[in-house]
Amino acid sequence: MAGVTRFPARAAGPAERVAGFMAHLRMNGLRLGVQETATALEALATVDPTDAGEVRHALRAVCTGNADEAARFDDLFAAYWLNRGRERAQPAGGDSAPTRHQRTPFVTEALSASGQGKGTPDQPEGGEGAAEQQGEGRLVAARIAQLKRTDLREMVSPEDIAEAEATAERIARAIRDRRSRRWRADPHGRRLDLRRIARGAVATGGEPIRLYRRARPERPAHIVALLDVSGSMTVYARVFLAFLKGLVGADLKADAYLFHTRLVRITDALRDPDPLRAVNRLTLMAQGFGGGTKIGGALADFNRFYARARVGGRSVVIVLSDGYDTDPPDRLAAELARLKRRGCRIVWLNPLMGWQGYAPVARGMAAALPHLDHFAAAGTLDALAALEPELARL
Amino acid sequence: MAAWRDLQHDLAEHGYVAGDDLAMALHLSLRLGRPLLLEGAAGVGKTEVAKVLADLQNATLIRLQCYEGLDAGHAIYEWNYQRQLLAIRAAGERGEAGADIEARIFSEDYLLERPLLQAIRQDRPPVLLIDEIDRADEEFEAYLLEILSDFTISIPELGTVHATARPHVILTANGTRDLSDALRRRCLYAHLGYPDRAMELAILQKRHPGLEPHLSGQIVGFVQALRKEDLDKTPGVAETLDFAAAVAGLGMSDLTEDPVALQATLVTLLKTQADRARVPTELAQRLAGKAA
Repeated sequence: MAGVTRFPARAAGPAERVAGFMAHLRMNGLRLGVQETATALEALATVDPTDAGEVRHALRAVCTGNADEAARFDDLFAAYWLNRGRERAQPAGGDSAPTRHQRTPFVTEALSASGQGKGTPDQPEGGEGAAEQQGEGRLVAARIAQLKRTDLREMVSPEDIAEAEATAERIARAIRDRRSRRWRADPHGRRLDLRRIARGAVATGGEPIRLYRRARPERPAHIVALLDVSGSMTVYARVFLAFLKGLVGADLKADAYLFHTRLVRITDALRDPDPLRAVNRLTLMAQGFGGGTKIGGALADFNRFYARARVGGRSVVIVLSDGYDTDPPDRLAAELARLKRRGCRIVWLNPLMGWQGYAPVARGMAAALPHLDHFAAAGTLDALAALEPELARL
Repeated sequence: MAAWRDLQHDLAEHGYVAGDDLAMALHLSLRLGRPLLLEGAAGVGKTEVAKVLADLQNATLIRLQCYEGLDAGHAIYEWNYQRQLLAIRAAGERGEAGADIEARIFSEDYLLERPLLQAIRQDRPPVLLIDEIDRADEEFEAYLLEILSDFTISIPELGTVHATARPHVILTANGTRDLSDALRRRCLYAHLGYPDRAMELAILQKRHPGLEPHLSGQIVGFVQALRKEDLDKTPGVAETLDFAAAVAGLGMSDLTEDPVALQATLVTLLKTQADRARVPTELAQRLAGKAA
């Protein structure tokens, strides 16, 4: 472990260098405050600061807060202290398990210019002709003709986006059921609240005259949304992204993913308080935006890496996709069945269903149908808003 | 030798093989008096860390198992209502004054200590294990934050209880839900992954010292290969140890020698019907053959 930290001439001392490192981590999206800088210095005082391996382990324990950050930390550390990873003292410990999360090149992200690079979206491959002739998918399909060459983010007006977000928030609030296990004071509750009764009895000479009760309050379901951003869905992607942002914003437990040929978790990016950085992160994650779709494969990844921890009996999984899949349809069916076994409810929102005369002809869609709790149109904002009572009943 | 290496060594002495990451995080958490948050898949030895630490420091282990709906009454303290009601009734018959009764029934005698209160009222610093914190709900996290930041608990009827000894706090989580940033920021963090081959071998030798080197190599290789398969429940270290015990118990000296026995021992590794179906005899044999 020869990786001795070299201080460039401009740094005044270790404290300043550490502060610079914290700023570097912050720039890369780790949430660290002043307190952490102090803790980091304290931690460094207990280890041998000339040993890069020790320093890295110590700083990792202080600066990271979840598995994702811990996995990225080595690269960030090397980039700052060891001249862009030219020297790596030792491989990351315990990293031999398959990568749990898709890692995004955050260092590159920090360097890249602001939110360019989604490129021009592909034209929808499935049913563009139908859209022009029948024009029922009001939200976007009717505008396809003049929007063929427009960038995604200009696709719909800001009002539409805001409305999509608001709709999503309403839906997130509507999906409330499953009672909590926790008891709350409630005058019509089923169970007696002994604590308050005993307290009240003191005032009446030990006679429990006033009976307080408790009940289990309603709890919202946990929403997981998977958005298809493949070629055939690009025209809807902007609105649906706003929809996901609304879902994730309304509910701390909601979880959002994008998929095309692979699956990316975007919950953290959507929650990023800095909108510019959020766009940047999404742009990088969405590389391959507008390509083919592997719904089956994406669901398999979801089942394998995320569902285990994040989907349970209280979850509602919302899939936003048109069902055009390049994977064999039985794969999709098998993965849906596997997901279903976790006890969740699955809702499939299909933008193409808003079109007149659409029947789920896509083979993937046909295979998926038996495993769905609810299958509905989502091509227009009205259709999304109409979902609220339906989803609330699930 | 550096202090954290000593700690790693001591842990190994007590039967726990810790990676550099974990040893350092634990060392810092002891030195800086900060809680340590351990995350990782089920069965990688998160809970075990606390047990071994308690063992190592000769401290009491106080464990709080979290579950959905865990509330202050089960985690911090509760009054013994039945006794209180009886006392009120008895005192009423003796004609005792109300203020006296109240002072008496809200005293230590009627207080039921739950793990968190118990942990801060010890004479010597105990190890406080808050297991599966992600199963408890957000409200409970908020209680916990207050306690973890200043180690005091306020009981309205009794006053504030200050810690007589600061417990070493270890929290474990396996990602049932995201924890709040506030909680993460109070803690040091270490992520435990599945161990690599060398480390798992070391663990196995620590726990089953009697095992033939050839066989233990095979067992570890087999489990490592199995983890790469597409399974619902990936076997953890605990499962490896069970598997080794089963193999040793059946008196096998080589995994490939008896396909039927090997298939039977898989009950220790594969815990769902679908996973059993995914690893038929042929696949198990192929993996075992490669593991040698």
